[in-house]
Amino acid sequence: MIEIHDLHYRVGAAPILSDISLSLPEGSLTALIGPNGAGKSTLLRLMARLEPLQSGRITVEGLDLATTPTDAMARTLAIMGQQNSVASRLRVRELVGFGRWPHHQGRPRAADREAVEAAIDAFGLQPFAGRFLDELSGGQVQRAFLAMTFAQDTAWMLLDEPLNNLDVAHARALMARLAQLVQDTGRSVVAVVHEVNYAAAWADHVVAMKHGRIVAQGAAEAVLTEDLLSDLYDTPVEVSRHDGRPLVLHHHSHSRIADLSRGRLPDRARLS
Amino acid sequence: MRFAAGLGLAALLALMLVSLGVGAAEISVRQARSDAWTMLVLMESRLPRTLAVALAGAALAVSGTLIQSLVRNRFVGPDTTGTSESAALGLLAVTILAPASPIWVKMVAASFAAMAGTALFIVVIRRLPRREVMLVPIAGLVLSGVLGSIVTWIAWQADLLQYVGVWMSGEFSGVTAGRYELLWVAGLAAGLAWVGADRFAILSLGDGVATGLGLSTASVMRFGLVVVAVVSALVVTTVGMVPFLGLVVPNIVARVMGDNLRASLPVVAASGAGLLLACDIIGRLLIAPYEMPVSVILGVLGALIFLVLLYRRPAHA
Amino acid sequence: MPERASWQVIAGLTGLLVLSSLVWMFQGIGGGNRSFILTLRATKLAGLITVGASIAIATVLFQTVAANRVLTPSIMGFDALYLLLQTLLVASVGITGFAMLDPTLKFLAEIAVMVLLAGLLFGTLLGRGARDIPRTILTGVILGVLFRSISGFVSRILDPNAYAVVQSVSFASFGSINASLLLPGGLIAAGMIAAAFALSSRLDVLALGRTAAVSLGLRHRRMVLLTLALVAVLVSVSTALVGPVGFFGLLVAGLAHGAAASDRHAALLPIAGLIGALILVAGQTIFERAMSQPATLSVVVEFAGGLFFLYLLMKGRIR
Ligand SMILES: Nc1ncnc2c1ncn2[C@@H]1O[C@H](COP(=O)(O)OP(=O)(O)OP(=O)(O)O)[C@@H](O)[C@H]1O
Ligand SMILES: [Mg+2]
Repeated sequence: MIEIHDLHYRVGAAPILSDISLSLPEGSLTALIGPNGAGKSTLLRLMARLEPLQSGRITVEGLDLATTPTDAMARTLAIMGQQNSVASRLRVRELVGFGRWPHHQGRPRAADREAVEAAIDAFGLQPFAGRFLDELSGGQVQRAFLAMTFAQDTAWMLLDEPLNNLDVAHARALMARLAQLVQDTGRSVVAVVHEVNYAAAWADHVVAMKHGRIVAQGAAEAVLTEDLLSDLYDTPVEVSRHDGRPLVLHHHSHSRIADLSRGRLPDRARLS
Repeated sequence: MRFAAGLGLAALLALMLVSLGVGAAEISVRQARSDAWTMLVLMESRLPRTLAVALAGAALAVSGTLIQSLVRNRFVGPDTTGTSESAALGLLAVTILAPASPIWVKMVAASFAAMAGTALFIVVIRRLPRREVMLVPIAGLVLSGVLGSIVTWIAWQADLLQYVGVWMSGEFSGVTAGRYELLWVAGLAAGLAWVGADRFAILSLGDGVATGLGLSTASVMRFGLVVVAVVSALVVTTVGMVPFLGLVVPNIVARVMGDNLRASLPVVAASGAGLLLACDIIGRLLIAPYEMPVSVILGVLGALIFLVLLYRRPAHA
Repeated sequence: MPERASWQVIAGLTGLLVLSSLVWMFQGIGGGNRSFILTLRATKLAGLITVGASIAIATVLFQTVAANRVLTPSIMGFDALYLLLQTLLVASVGITGFAMLDPTLKFLAEIAVMVLLAGLLFGTLLGRGARDIPRTILTGVILGVLFRSISGFVSRILDPNAYAVVQSVSFASFGSINASLLLPGGLIAAGMIAAAFALSSRLDVLALGRTAAVSLGLRHRRMVLLTLALVAVLVSVSTALVGPVGFFGLLVAGLAHGAAASDRHAALLPIAGLIGALILVAGQTIFERAMSQPATLSVVVEFAGGLFFLYLLMKGRIR
């Protein structure tokens, strides 16, 4: 369980996050959705102690973020950032190997090596494992960082836009793998997703944010409604059902075209 | 891999042997056992010099790798971050304030000054606009220039320009037994860095990743800073500043074998030792019986390599 | 024509320059040897004004070509290149031959080679409008280091005396001006500065950047090369007179941009030139007369200029 009490965060005078209280259930796949600039990344970084807490309290599995040593935290919670690029020249296997660091502190055992190979396999990186990161495509780099986070093998995984740069097949495979992981091992995953249908199809729990506040949270069916999503993104969407789950139509839906012709679409700039 | 490592080591040993044989006095290394004078030259001058060059080269190259991973920028070295100039400043302060103090006091003062100077550099680059990768080395070069001008001015006022001249341009012609042994400490510090190799490699992945993996970035930073400062201070006091070595060697090694420091640091050290030995040997041969300081040779060679690195097309993107 | 606010600045600066020149000339002048001292002082004064104005104007011109407030000819290695030429000359004719060459002729030849090299080197680096500015700066800084290192290298290959000759010209010294070159240098500099003034409206167009300049009908490439040639000549003159001056140009150009009401070159160039001359004359008066430390000015300027440079970087004023 991750519990957040009364969290506020500001940069200078600007409030970035206001009045956030949240408890994220264990053993579930949580999708964090919201428009650009809503504060999703900031919230994730605060949960992963990457930014200092200004007020409020966060506990992960009962461990208080403010007082738990960082290396103990690293065996409980892993985070993958939104922007993944490194200046250092590492091979894929070396990068993924660093995911095991919290467990062996520099003296890898056989089990660590197996975990690394398993993570490499899981993301289809075996053909590139010996290559340098700067010789890979954007999606392959993204998968290498995902594999590193997986190799860390923690009870909680926070993933900021893990689907970035991934093609449809790899995106689906990732979501399926996350769902599987949650189901089989009782681990918990929080992932920021922009394409709400991935949330609709795979997430157990959805948290919607806007302007630094939590707008809604709950089961996917409860949150992913027409009214809520249209409000959240300031753009009209339709929600139908498919396979017993919500299916969000926004790209080519007829209503959108009708709106366009009536000139009802909001200025996209408002979203940012 | 094994084979390449063996080849590299053989090359390093060969350079060391050549270094033993080259110099103003004509001696043959093979006669050392039978000829007392040859033995004397060897033990008092050639061997200390060879060891001093190898140690300084290895330590500088390693500290270059460290400073590059601390600031996450490939285009810096201990001589372009104000580190060496600060060490000279500390040394100058002790020389003026307490001229009689023993050598170790001077070393400690130089080390602390080097630490302060490097910390100042890190403070400055933290405030630079992000993503402007090239601004970091520029700021470092300018900071080095400013600190260097303070050193020159004070030395000039105190009539110590000659001392400072020796610190500012590295050369090994004055090395004899009893005058280089502190470089072993520099070598030791570089060896210590290898113990923390993984930590530095993780640190260069970014603060976020490092924290996510449970690393205390501040303490790794402090550790690296201490090693870099101690190495620079010791090298500056014993042989003087050696330009570009700490910058180009890590770049070249990373180009070939990447930044997994646990594997690459020994190679960095060996390459640094090899390059400096080669330059020192060239310096002894080029205008024999005079000597060309190694810093002059590296000034030309290092600047050329730097320009190549600067304009080399990045492997990707 | 400069606008009124700029005229006021120009008038004020001129007044200050005249004032400090008078102090320089007549402060503490005693009975004997009056005319000798006055001649000596007048020579130095002319040298300081020439160098100050040359560096200031060369820097403003260069910043216009580079479309950047951080680059200066010194930072890009111009003066190091001049010193390298000097060393190579010593190398090829020897010290005695070097001393026997007619200084004016030698000077003119050096200037010609400088113009050529600067056009080739910096024309390629900046000709199309430097895209990666930080990398361009870094290149320049390293080129400067490279030129200086080659100078040191070559002079050491020669013999120990040549090394001393090169060393003696490698540091700026506003206290000791190379008097033999003052007359030709001063005349050349005055000509170049006049040419820059005549070009000032075209320089305004050039400052808009390549795209705008070309679409406004400026012959961009030619203008770039012409401006670089002016810069090369001015830098050669000042380096020949006092040696390399490091960050002095950056400091002066920064002050000039602050003092000028607009960035029109008709105002900017005279203001920069006046500030450059004023700093050197007033500074040298203070350090030489009041503090009896004639060599300190260059160190102080270098220090202040370096800090100013770091300040610009941290403010993000890189472009
Ligand atoms: N260092 C900073 N200084 C000032 N404002 C910041 C800073 N970091 C983030 N912000 C602001 O905080 C708000 C939230 O940013 P955050 O990165 O958390 O958004 P996000 O929901 O992850 O958006 P996206 O979907 O675009 O990734 C934004 O309005 C952003 O402009
Ligand atoms: Mg984000």
